[in-house]
Amino acid sequence: MTEQDARTQNSIRLAKRLGLIAVGMFVFAVGILPPMYDVICDITGLNGKTANEADSAEAAVVQEDRLITVQFLADTDPAMPWDFRPVERSIQVHPGEIRKVDFHVRNREPVWLVGQAIPSVTPSQATPYFKKTECFCFQQQELPGGDSKDMPLIFYIDPDLPKSVTTITLSYKLFNITDKVQQESQRVVVTTTQ
Amino acid sequence: MSEHTLDHGHHDGDHHDHDHHHGPAKGIKRWLFATNHKDIGAMYLWFSFTMFLLGGFMAMIIRAELMYPGLQLVDPNFFNQMTTTHGLIMVFGAVMPGFVGMANYMVPMMLGAPDMALPRLNNWSFWLLPFAFSLLILAIIKSFLGISDAPNFGWTFYAPLSTKFGPESTDFFIFSVHMMGISSIMGAVNVIVTIFNLRAPGMTLMKMPLFVWTWLITAFLLIAVMPVLAGAVTMMLTDRHFGTSFFDAAGGGDPVLFQHVFWFFGHPEVYIMILPAFGIVSAIIPTFARKPLFGYASMVYATASIAFLSFVVWAHHMFTVGLPLAGNLFYMYMTMLIAVPTGVKVFNWVATMWRGSMTFEVPMLFAIAFVILFTIGGFSGLMLAITPVDQQYHDTYFVVAHFHYVLVTGAVFSIIAGVYYWLPKWTGLMYDEKWGKIHFWSSLLSVNLLFFPMHFVGLAGMPRRYSDYALQFADFNWWISIGGFWFGLSQLILLKILIDVCFRKKGAPATAEVWEGSHGLEWTLPSPAPYHSFTTPPLVK
Repeated sequence: MTEQDARTQNSIRLAKRLGLIAVGMFVFAVGILPPMYDVICDITGLNGKTANEADSAEAAVVQEDRLITVQFLADTDPAMPWDFRPVERSIQVHPGEIRKVDFHVRNREPVWLVGQAIPSVTPSQATPYFKKTECFCFQQQELPGGDSKDMPLIFYIDPDLPKSVTTITLSYKLFNITDKVQQESQRVVVTTTQ
Repeated sequence: MSEHTLDHGHHDGDHHDHDHHHGPAKGIKRWLFATNHKDIGAMYLWFSFTMFLLGGFMAMIIRAELMYPGLQLVDPNFFNQMTTTHGLIMVFGAVMPGFVGMANYMVPMMLGAPDMALPRLNNWSFWLLPFAFSLLILAIIKSFLGISDAPNFGWTFYAPLSTKFGPESTDFFIFSVHMMGISSIMGAVNVIVTIFNLRAPGMTLMKMPLFVWTWLITAFLLIAVMPVLAGAVTMMLTDRHFGTSFFDAAGGGDPVLFQHVFWFFGHPEVYIMILPAFGIVSAIIPTFARKPLFGYASMVYATASIAFLSFVVWAHHMFTVGLPLAGNLFYMYMTMLIAVPTGVKVFNWVATMWRGSMTFEVPMLFAIAFVILFTIGGFSGLMLAITPVDQQYHDTYFVVAHFHYVLVTGAVFSIIAGVYYWLPKWTGLMYDEKWGKIHFWSSLLSVNLLFFPMHFVGLAGMPRRYSDYALQFADFNWWISIGGFWFGLSQLILLKILIDVCFRKKGAPATAEVWEGSHGLEWTLPSPAPYHSFTTPPLVK
């Protein structure tokens, strides 16, 4: 009897511990893996995402003897009715040299829309060396219906860029976030009127 | 397999009188409130077989559409729903519950225990499954009736296909996965607790049958990765409805993160579906070779190594997403390393058969077919592991051929082998050997006609998950479809055999040993095994 009870107690204790491992793995998957992925990508540039904030334009030494080809791509999500293209498709820069390029957008629809551009650099090992001092992708971009504008990108390439990289492709995808922005602004209105 | 144990309490007079309340309850209550490991095991196995036939029916629709180039029977969207739900039902509804059912039935008997350690948890973990699958099947029925779409994004449900572009029924799918995940975790907890706490005196860990060992390791894999799957679908749910952006690039998330999370679950998952198969085959081959298993300890260590390696190879499913060279190389070498412990196992099975007094009853035939055909699936897996060539093989029928060789001729064949092997112990009746052999040869020929040519069309570039294909693949696909229909119909022979034995009680009575060369505690019990397996623990020397 007591031996039986002790065995049942043991079983329940072990089952609870195993259940805790399962709960821990769930927390790991939802709470730890995604931030960990972001940190790893920030450090290594694995997913091609450049920094979300402006880098300081420190007076870097310009490497006159080295030329890097930088190609620009721009495309839109199917739900985004804007024309979006780089003014120059490809330029050559020296590492350390600060350059400004423009991206042109035009809203094809007659309504006000908000867009967000998401960058991606190929090859991914060049990502941490692609420094932006100003970028239209740092903010949401608004355009009234039918309007167009040029959006600036100011960048330089860190002279520490690995020697094997000679061409960098920077791609932007423009997403339509109008609905999200409107929902958020409504929420703000509701909370302030209360 | 279930009905006979029901009658057992009545046959076994003194047991019945002695312990009246221990007999099975009457009618539907016996199954709804089941806490007996054999009742629950039987329900799991019948559930698994039902899902196998349902998932097979979907495969028939897929093959009927692909028999000829062009679109004949179904529109592409419905075709995608069939490939998606076929995969989900076969993986989560047929293979996994099949193995859990077998663990429920066999682990207490093999350890000399009276029952599973946590019988009520066992009841709950089974009864979640019918509800989980009703949700998924409801979505499919609504699709058949033309009301709304079933999930159509492939069984791997990559974001943003399943988040931004998923049909409304995706939410059914999400909750269905949550419930089957909880069910699997509870089943795994039960297996581990039973193995650690209910072993008979003298049954040390290194004396446990290999089926128990492989299930112990599988159960740990389940506890480690099923919550990750639950996490992945939870993040999908919040992305779809609560404004988060885990996998949405527009909000700062990354769709590739989904693939990492999914395959962090997904690769251990494929071992969850094959390790118990190793255990079943390691039980069957020594019996019919009449020799002890060659290299028992190395089998245990190989199983543990495979389980460990399964956590560090997940990105070999993602060679084409643009990983850095170092990452591709790491995952390539780690994946190839798995071939070493797997090779140990295959050589051990062959060495067990070497100079054995072999006979070829149906379980042995399926077990030998498993060894050969699973090895073919392993070799195509090695080819896929090589990063540079995977760039071409990725998402072609070569991949389809590979995972069907390891899952159908691997996992499913081992379950069928196990059913034939233990059916006399479960029911007390021998199955019909002649029909069993017809089932085997019919399945063996058809399954190779079905899956082998997929290697060729895959290498020639036929992509998977499309309802149509280029004309040059037409003849091969016709043969593949013929093999598919033939294999599907062959499984009805198994249904006939099971109905004969389980419900019509046809068959010669089985002895306690059942097989001449059988070895292990389960064969010391009478056939059919008593309702409570070992009421007094046996002494293991």
